[in-house]
Amino acid sequence: MSETAEHTGHHIDVKEFHPRAQAAIHNPKIRKNFRSAMDGLMSKRKAAFEGWDLETLRELGANVRLRALANLPDLLEQLEKKLTENGIKVHWAVDGDEACRIVRDICKARDAKTVIKGKSMVSEEMELNHYLKAEGIEALESDLGEYIVQLADETPSHIIMPAIHKNTGEISELMHEKTGTDLSNDVEYLTASARQQLREKFMNADVGVSGVNFAVAETGTLCLVENEGNGRMTTTVPKCHIAVTGIEKVVPSMEDVSALLALLTRSATGQHITTYFNMISGPRKAEELDGPEEVHLVLVDNGRSSIYQDDELLDTLRCIRCGACMNHCPVYTRVGGHAYGTTYPGPIGKILMPHLIGLDEGRHLPSASSLCGACGEVCPVKIPIPDLLVRLRQESVDGDNLHPAKVRGHGAKRSSKEALIWKGWAWMHASPGIYRFGTSAATKFRALQPSKAGAWTDYRTAPKLAAKTLHQRMKERGQ
Amino acid sequence: MSSRETILQRLRNRTGGELTVPECDFSVLARPDWPTNERIERFEKLIESVHGEVHHVSEDSWVDRLAEVLNTRGARNLLVPKQHEIGQTLRAADRDDLPELLIYDEPIESWQAHLFNEVDASITSTRGGIAETGSLILWPNDDEPRLMSLVPPVHIAVLKASELYTTFHEAMQAQNWAAGMPTNALLISGPSKTADIEQTLAYGVHGPKELIVLIIE
Ligand code: SF4
Repeated sequence: MSETAEHTGHHIDVKEFHPRAQAAIHNPKIRKNFRSAMDGLMSKRKAAFEGWDLETLRELGANVRLRALANLPDLLEQLEKKLTENGIKVHWAVDGDEACRIVRDICKARDAKTVIKGKSMVSEEMELNHYLKAEGIEALESDLGEYIVQLADETPSHIIMPAIHKNTGEISELMHEKTGTDLSNDVEYLTASARQQLREKFMNADVGVSGVNFAVAETGTLCLVENEGNGRMTTTVPKCHIAVTGIEKVVPSMEDVSALLALLTRSATGQHITTYFNMISGPRKAEELDGPEEVHLVLVDNGRSSIYQDDELLDTLRCIRCGACMNHCPVYTRVGGHAYGTTYPGPIGKILMPHLIGLDEGRHLPSASSLCGACGEVCPVKIPIPDLLVRLRQESVDGDNLHPAKVRGHGAKRSSKEALIWKGWAWMHASPGIYRFGTSAATKFRALQPSKAGAWTDYRTAPKLAAKTLHQRMKERGQ
Repeated sequence: MSSRETILQRLRNRTGGELTVPECDFSVLARPDWPTNERIERFEKLIESVHGEVHHVSEDSWVDRLAEVLNTRGARNLLVPKQHEIGQTLRAADRDDLPELLIYDEPIESWQAHLFNEVDASITSTRGGIAETGSLILWPNDDEPRLMSLVPPVHIAVLKASELYTTFHEAMQAQNWAAGMPTNALLISGPSKTADIEQTLAYGVHGPKELIVLIIE
């Protein structure tokens, strides 16, 4: 028990969303860094889909994901069987802590002291680095963006571009301070320095930890999408490779992968494909000369099986983590990824995190949206994000008449004052006499109306009641 | 109950309604069936757009071109496959305008530092390419291990024009990948790159800085 006790909770308080969002909005540097990055990504995405029947392709993407989810338990069993036949060892974890313990135990069994990591959002979810550190195992991020974020002792602010919140000058200062590189605005130089620092680590790391983009049940293959080659290094150079993934990432066949890959990279960064698409189906064979001797896969549930219970919320599990919804979100673009205080920021974070951390902690997330619909429109697998946001808003005040609330911590946002006001509103509207009396009283005493109405009027003028009610005016017109 | 059983049982006994299994129509992935010359053109355009380099060569001329490419870069050595005809041809050529030829014929453990620090370039075969995305298909094996295409700063790949497919979907079906995969398979579409520092592209961050494709027509 004690080993998990220290390792719960998030380092940033999710509930502090509003003050952080305020601070970010007033920080011109943050706004500029995000604005220019997201603008670029939006136009690149558009160009990458030129000449494609995008709607039909999205339809296929959604169907491929739905079909996989419809058969999820069988597919997971098939995946396990195939991977095992291929010599990959499969582990199951109900939550992040269990997943961390599994990784630790594999490391301990090999007497490993250093872990090199490829990019993995699930490992962020698990807070694996902190856990391993407490166990005396050093875990170093090798994706350049993740490396920068780790040097700064921060968390990623975007799921595809972790260090997008920093500009070159800030990165240069950080690297100078932490690694002794010269101060320079030359990106080539900074990249080359990081390469040098990390190459040493690749050669000496005992274990490599990576994420997984798609796990293929038919062939027992783990697919990884990346540009840098650090993912290939991580999964090839150390003697032991541990992949961690959410249970929803399994798909039936390589054919499904061809559809999802076409959508993923174009949606994420506007690339037709990434530099490396790495497919791992087993450890090094006896006659082979490189590759890890041991490969493990940790299948992590961590709240996913609860989402799976509900027909509507299930759509969340279709996500292929492309980040397009963030790139197109007007709220994310202004406040940046750190304001959310969650592993997954932006629209996907708003619908996914309430399940992972509960609505009591994440109650501000579903309402941090203008419901403009951009996220739902770009999502390559057609997740109806705005609908899910509305659903979660209902849950956060304890459901509606149609859906009994299901998410952990539901009702956390319920305010008894607000509930009472709405109750009174309903009562007033149900009886014509009281309604007439109420509205005419309101217009008569309109001078007493307060000019402030909480946060709403911080940036808006409070609406003024009219001098006469609509009923009165209609009467005067003789209608 | 084990975590495995807990998870599977929760998924099997889900409380929601019956899940529908939709039809998946992959025909939207198809591209027009480009003739070979157009495939080559598209492949070249795409790989150049990501900083790769393409050379058109013939069965007879590729060694000359390779020698040129390596000389302009001042490569001191070249890692070549031991059995594959590419390696055989190069060793048999015995030319003095080629740099020292190295062979990857022992487990990585015994020469890792050398591979990481001393090797300037490598040459591998491919299992074909993909025109639509400008990708090379590699299935590393004991003759051409995984790190050959990753660690040296220059990676040269030999692609037969006749093995250029239109899409990834077409390639995997034609080669029947469903029947089984090697321990490691790769699509490579350009040299290693990153845009993690303020969206500015930098090449060779962890893998090769240069990817050079010799298309044998
Ligand atoms: S919700 Fe859709 S758009 Fe957002 S990351 Fe997931 S797949 Fe991409």
